[in-house]
Amino acid sequence: MATSTSAPGVGGPQGAPAGPAKERPGRDRANPRRAWRTLLHRFDIKAAPYAFIAPFFVVFAAFSFYPLLYTGWLSLHDVELATMDIMEWEGFGNYTELWRDERFWNALTNTFTIGVISTVPQLLMALGLAHLLNYTLRGSAFFRVAALTPYATSIGAAALVFTMLFERDFGMINWFLGLFGFDNIDWESGKWPAQFAISTIVIWRWTGYNALLYLAAMQAIPRERYEAAAIDGASRWQQFTKVTIPGIRSTIVFTIVLSTIGATQLFGEPLIFGQGPNGVSGGADNQYQTLGLLLYEEGWKNYEMGRAATVAWAMFALLILVFVLQRLVKRLTSRTS
Amino acid sequence: MTTDTARPGAEALEPLTGVAPPRSRLRNRRPRRPLLRPGAGRQHKAGPVAYALLAVAAFLSLFPLYWTMVAASTDNTRVSQTPPPFLPGPNLLKNLSAAWEDAAMGKALTNSFIVATTIALSTVLFATLAGFAFAKLRFRGRNILLMLVIGTMMVPPQLSVVPLFMMMTELGWGQKLPAVIFPTLVSAVGVFFMRQYLSEALPDELVEAGRVDGAHSLRIFWSVVLPVARPAMAVLFMITFVHAWNDFFWPFIVLDMTNPTIPVALTQLSSGYIRDQSLIMAGALLGTLPLLVMFVVFGRQIVGGIMQGAVKG
Repeated sequence: MATSTSAPGVGGPQGAPAGPAKERPGRDRANPRRAWRTLLHRFDIKAAPYAFIAPFFVVFAAFSFYPLLYTGWLSLHDVELATMDIMEWEGFGNYTELWRDERFWNALTNTFTIGVISTVPQLLMALGLAHLLNYTLRGSAFFRVAALTPYATSIGAAALVFTMLFERDFGMINWFLGLFGFDNIDWESGKWPAQFAISTIVIWRWTGYNALLYLAAMQAIPRERYEAAAIDGASRWQQFTKVTIPGIRSTIVFTIVLSTIGATQLFGEPLIFGQGPNGVSGGADNQYQTLGLLLYEEGWKNYEMGRAATVAWAMFALLILVFVLQRLVKRLTSRTS
Repeated sequence: MTTDTARPGAEALEPLTGVAPPRSRLRNRRPRRPLLRPGAGRQHKAGPVAYALLAVAAFLSLFPLYWTMVAASTDNTRVSQTPPPFLPGPNLLKNLSAAWEDAAMGKALTNSFIVATTIALSTVLFATLAGFAFAKLRFRGRNILLMLVIGTMMVPPQLSVVPLFMMMTELGWGQKLPAVIFPTLVSAVGVFFMRQYLSEALPDELVEAGRVDGAHSLRIFWSVVLPVARPAMAVLFMITFVHAWNDFFWPFIVLDMTNPTIPVALTQLSSGYIRDQSLIMAGALLGTLPLLVMFVVFGRQIVGGIMQGAVKG
């Protein structure tokens, strides 16, 4: 008796031997309660996984996927912030206008240059830092937590502090450079100084985080590979380039993808660095306006939601382009090596 | 010959184990041969150069935060002098309370706590549910759906803000906290993180045993999965909390100064509304302090969690 009641629990018909399985329909009719339980159990096995993943997909569909598509639809219309229910069909008018708009190309190049200035040194430094953290260290917990602390700092707070450190007249960085005889640099109004300063904020916040990702990957490299390299007479540098780097290659790709996404989205740092009035336009001459800022300016300062949506889709297209290129490069390099 | 080839390996292991393998006694008798280049094995002890470089890195990481505190504890005239102040002044509490009042930091802190806690709780719950399903349950379309989850990580939030804003206005949630909370109730990274963790930490036999006992899936989730998943859930909670606390773009668009979260309130400090530099720094300090406290207490766990997610991701 005990075995027959638990039989449905084992995993339905396929779990039970052939004999009882044939008998079951008859018995089930005799015992509707158990039939109900079997049915319930089968339903549970089939439906529960979907029920468990449903919340993620429902929220994602409602608040990310549907808006994403709707952004595309909006970008074909003229919609104003004050009268959002009135949509006027524009076709690709927003796109041709954007194509001719100097500010778009300016924001695009700024996003790209700030992206490069912030990502490349950040990842290189993270690599070096991870290598250092990979030594047997006293106080390694301290160094790791210290490296990660900037990651816990809000964009707002980080940008405010750095704005002050980069201040022209009394900022600490100009004071420090002054010790070596440099003149004060106007970090905000020059194009390259401003982009450099903004990149510094990004680098400061994310280097430690990336370093920990690299460190984790480095620690997963089998020790034998280093030993083999050492036997072959590889120097430390050679071990680093020939064993460590290939060993953490997938993590490097992962961080490049993450940083690229982060760089296309850059918004808070330049906004706050511009200290309010200059923030949204990215400086008086748009010298550090990113695509994110342009999107915000179009939508919430110029009240043109349709055009903001167009900028958003341009960003989307850009991201896809970057990934296709990355794929291509990857395929080409893997073929040659 | 065999001893020769075995030696480098043994020597390489030495710094790791701290115990010299027996064969290393040979070392004293034989002249050293440069068979082994420096740096055999992975984990050397760090030399003074490494410590110096690490100290510089730690200094660069921590100095801006230290200086926030310094600037927040002096007054406006002192901050604007050269050389800038390096040591804390006497005005910390005064500036903090002024920032609390002037910049609506009290309201912002409460809001940020509500938002970050709700988002972190729901993310952990739904990520554990979905992570369990993806790791241990069999169902049609599992791989495709998992790929879809990973694919959603690539979609930046900028792509959906315009319709989202219109949606929230229509729902009457403009300037209200639900507008910030609802879109981030789940996270793809969280789902993936929990899947990776559970597929290793949760033995199949445990789930099967639950089935044999006649437990339904939710029951198994509650009494089998949750106890195993607890450490990963704690880590995911903290990481999500940090992210939600620092999230900027969308809250900045949908909230305003009457009802801000911390990052939104901080933009007001930068917008020239407050001229006092040390007050601005006091506000920045207030906004970061809760997370810093969390980091001091749980820093190791957060570091461990990020690294754990990295290896498997």
